[in-house]
Amino acid sequence: MKVVLEHLTKKFPNRNKKVGGFVVAVNDFSFEIPDGKMIGLLGPSGCGKSTTLNLICGLEKPTEGKIYFGDDDITGLPPEDRGVGLVFQNYALYPHLTVEQNIMFPLGNLRGDKKLTKEEMKAKALEAAKLVQIDGLMERKPNELSGGQQQRVAIARALVKMPNVLLLDEPLSNLDARLRLQTREELRRIQKETGITTVFVTHDQEEAMSISDMIVVMKDGVIEQIGKPQEVYDEPANLFVAKFLGTPAINVFEGKIEDGKLFIGSDRVLDVKGPADGDVCVAIRPEGFVVSEHGNFCCRLIAREVMGRDSSIVAANDSFIGQTFRAIISSETVVDTSADEIRFDLKPAKVFLFDRNTEERIPFSV
Amino acid sequence: MKNNLKAWAYLLPALLFLGIFTIYPLIDVVVYSFEEGYNFASQTYTGTGLYNFSYVLRDPYFTQALKNTFIIVIITVPLSTGLALLIALGLSKIPRLKNLFQTVYFLPYVTNTLAVGLAFMILFKKTAYSDGMVNLLINAFGGDSVDFIGGPYWAKMLVMCIYTIWIVLPFKILILTSALASVSDTYYKAARVDGTRGFRIFTRITLPMIAPMIFYLVITGFIGAFKAYSDEVALFGTDLNAAGMNTIVGYVYDMLYGNSGGYPSFASAAAIILFAIVFTITCINLLLSKRSRLF
Repeated sequence: MKVVLEHLTKKFPNRNKKVGGFVVAVNDFSFEIPDGKMIGLLGPSGCGKSTTLNLICGLEKPTEGKIYFGDDDITGLPPEDRGVGLVFQNYALYPHLTVEQNIMFPLGNLRGDKKLTKEEMKAKALEAAKLVQIDGLMERKPNELSGGQQQRVAIARALVKMPNVLLLDEPLSNLDARLRLQTREELRRIQKETGITTVFVTHDQEEAMSISDMIVVMKDGVIEQIGKPQEVYDEPANLFVAKFLGTPAINVFEGKIEDGKLFIGSDRVLDVKGPADGDVCVAIRPEGFVVSEHGNFCCRLIAREVMGRDSSIVAANDSFIGQTFRAIISSETVVDTSADEIRFDLKPAKVFLFDRNTEERIPFSV
Repeated sequence: MKNNLKAWAYLLPALLFLGIFTIYPLIDVVVYSFEEGYNFASQTYTGTGLYNFSYVLRDPYFTQALKNTFIIVIITVPLSTGLALLIALGLSKIPRLKNLFQTVYFLPYVTNTLAVGLAFMILFKKTAYSDGMVNLLINAFGGDSVDFIGGPYWAKMLVMCIYTIWIVLPFKILILTSALASVSDTYYKAARVDGTRGFRIFTRITLPMIAPMIFYLVITGFIGAFKAYSDEVALFGTDLNAAGMNTIVGYVYDMLYGNSGGYPSFASAAAIILFAIVFTITCINLLLSKRSRLF
């Protein structure tokens, strides 16, 4: 089922009564989630992504704006009438109930002609458990399960009613690194198998990029950019998005454009067509550096860190905003680590220009 | 071994005090209960056997005390726990004035038993000048005055139970409000998203989550009610046998120091019987709470 958010705004009264007024958690949020897709809401803490999730789910009422599931306006409906399944960050499994009872719990709330017999409930619970592959653990209590298993139970509980929309709040943040990799593939598989429109919230850009059909980058309650993960990574709309996506983070330098030539410090690093002369921010992805004896971009070499598959060059430049920056190069590249200086050529596709004041992207061609 | 010695040395002060002031007297009580006609002054006794127990169990004052105690326990423990749960639930639902009400409900706990007794006198006692406030109310609705303090047994027992519940309520409310507050909000949110109705949330989520605290309150409530004495004195004075409102602890006290006192052997036997009852009930309680161990 497609989900449409129209000019959604949520204001909370300010906690500090002396200051008064409102805190705007979500500001004029408009977005259409296509049917059967998996969407990642991505942003730093406090950006309003969890509030957005709560608004879709119905735990919070929007101050302004409307929410549609399909063609139905569900803005005024309570959570139970929306047909949503929500998986909490800490899973919120009932500790006194077994796995099976936990999964069956939502079914026990059905009334009237929707009411199910015990056998039907058990059958549905088993079906959901099989989907997330925990059908062998039905008699256990939550505290006898590992973190990953608990999460599967939580997902099964959210799926057992076959919701229109599945919502996941920071689904992977309570898992260790290895399990996180496994689980995100699991999530993707489950979503594909059920075809349920899924929205999940995360502050981890890698998580969002790896499994979403689309990501929504948020900051201070406002959408910064929406798009397919690779598109957003390759074409960031502004400096915030560029900085937020990618590990190691993008490197930002102070630069200027003169006569279609881009300068960082006194180094003429690239020829750019299009932008007007003036000061700019130059953001270069770590993989955008090519070590070259006669490269245009001259930096001080600090260290080389070997990471196995590739290695990273830690270097410094006076124009860099910060202390040292990182360039990722293949581990076969020979670097004279005794030298004080290192020279790079830049890959134009990995270089972005931003306005110094508005931080909006300045397009250019080579 | 060396470590062991050190550990025992650390434990020694506590063990010493416990031994002298708790364990030794306890053993002594057991010994007295089998010694017939023990006399404190001369430290002599006339024989040994089960006579003390058979005397106490046949003493009408004791059977009355036993009956009173059981009635108080059976009525006040479930009622006070249930009431406290209702009040705690109400408190958790009102965001405003919660602190004020919490303080109001907690007042009886910091008030002296005898002072509360005085307040109850004003409410219930019939004097030459007034029938007491409750009787005024009864009269207003066309009923006849009842002498709650010196009248029929059921009236006295009613006042006794109200008094006991009133006294134990604050502590239970305190424990249950904090137990309710400790149930994570996400459980309720999860239940709401699944469309769980209020009653089902209460029986399937809230109640099981605070069950350990309820068990704790029931067990300590049973023990406390079995050991009731001062509350009875506050209402009916020291001559509880005459009022027919004596309790087991009161009987023990009377046998030691009361008007008919001076019988440590009988007192010990009664104390041992009380101990046996409390011990048995507590064991049953613990077994029940273990069997329904929820998580």
